[in-house]
Amino acid sequence: MTVGRATAPDTVAVAVRRGRLAVMATLVRLTGDFDLAEDCWQDAVEQALIKWPVNGVPDKAEAWLSVVARNRAIDALRRRRTELDKLYDLHAASRLQGGRPCVTDDDRLKLLFACCHPALPVAGRVALTLKTVTGLSTREVARAFLVSEATMGQRLLRTKTKIKNAGIALRVPPADQFADRVDGVLAVIYLLFTEGYSATEGPPTREALAREAIELALLMVDLLTAHNEARALLALMLLQDSRRRARISGSGELVPIDEQDRALWDRDQINAGLRALVAISPDQSPGQYRLQAAIAALHATAERAELTDWGRVVKAYDALLAIQYNPVIALNRLVALSFRDGPDQALELLPMLQEELVGYPLLPAVHADFLRRAGRIAAAIPVYRTAMDQARTGAERRFLARRLGELLNTA
Amino acid sequence: MKYAMFIVMDPEATEADDAAAPSIDDWFDYMIGKGAYRQGIRLQPKSDATTVRVRDGKVLITDGPFTESAEWIAGLAIIECEDLDEAIEQALRHNMAYQGRLEIRPIHSMGGPDDWRATE
Repeated sequence: MTVGRATAPDTVAVAVRRGRLAVMATLVRLTGDFDLAEDCWQDAVEQALIKWPVNGVPDKAEAWLSVVARNRAIDALRRRRTELDKLYDLHAASRLQGGRPCVTDDDRLKLLFACCHPALPVAGRVALTLKTVTGLSTREVARAFLVSEATMGQRLLRTKTKIKNAGIALRVPPADQFADRVDGVLAVIYLLFTEGYSATEGPPTREALAREAIELALLMVDLLTAHNEARALLALMLLQDSRRRARISGSGELVPIDEQDRALWDRDQINAGLRALVAISPDQSPGQYRLQAAIAALHATAERAELTDWGRVVKAYDALLAIQYNPVIALNRLVALSFRDGPDQALELLPMLQEELVGYPLLPAVHADFLRRAGRIAAAIPVYRTAMDQARTGAERRFLARRLGELLNTA
Repeated sequence: MKYAMFIVMDPEATEADDAAAPSIDDWFDYMIGKGAYRQGIRLQPKSDATTVRVRDGKVLITDGPFTESAEWIAGLAIIECEDLDEAIEQALRHNMAYQGRLEIRPIHSMGGPDDWRATE
């Protein structure tokens, strides 16, 4: 047992996580080397994990990590001897930033925009941003994109190499190049959020990741005041995140939206999300984030699950699919339709999607739920077993196990 | 950084693209004014190309360029820029961005006496 100022490992882990993006962004900008930045960050984390549980987390945890990491970078560059300019930049940065907050927010955006440069392969952009921003392992990133670890390793390497060799600058682009890059940056921010909201591995929620994504979206809104989709993305994430406390039960089970205790929803966050949505100019036809935010708003404003306006939810999904067809969105639409028209109707339409969604882990869970609600218990039981095998998190598995247990009792 | 800018003939470009193309003289004026232009090479057409290779110890000489594609390299320019964004900006001022296409590639430093970086 530790005593005195000792700090729980979780608190240390959260403090470390929160500092990562800002420190990494500065290190990458100053050294121009993703791998060196990652190594120095890891060293700083190692130091923190040794010292903080004993001494407590310092008040300025991020500054502490930044100083340790930067000192490592200075040592490494000194050993290389050839990169005097970068060494000079690092020293200059240390002097400038003395006791004040260690990085400007702009560094984070610079890193995002560099990782989303249109000269990079599309798949590599999102993967590298996710890896750099979150510090997920290559294996976790590979799982998030449903590819093998080896494929992802190659993809990340190719992307980092191109940034370095092709001379892609770390900077927020000038206004005339903005439009091309914003879509990519928003997509990456949303992926970051989803990774935090429904982690593909490990603990079911990673609040720090989701909060980081919301902070980045706030920055984007500041930067692009007239950009509807940036504001819509912020609204979408605030509305989804408002349900965080209700999504997982006390026993660590995932709770589906129609069974959630709506008193646990964060009203302040819902109001902030609705305000962001209202602030969007209605002139342009809605983009994908605005439609998704509209769906989230329909849930957030329904007092009880039965009062949800499922007709409008289905319509919003139709509009989303009209922008770009995606079988996962089509499956979500089918779930909404099952509440509007009943599970039998949904079961009739499901086979059209099954082929497109082979291997998608939530497909059997949705299928099993339709069967259960249609009263076809015997048919539902084996599908629940398949769904449990494919569940991505323990919370999903526990929820499915409870449902299966209930069915076995009644069967 | 130094980049090689390959100038590629591309039959996909339309007459409207052709009409929208800026003047090559403006590009040279701009590049020379900036001190960004290093060297340019213009090539004879692909019908004058000869491809050479050795396979299994046998020399193979064939008529024509190394690819069968409709696009072919018409020349290249060596340009000096801060970073890729600046190289893209310079490429967008070139008439062949409209009438053909441009491929920008960073020059690999070989470290020898003829090295593009070392000659500076």
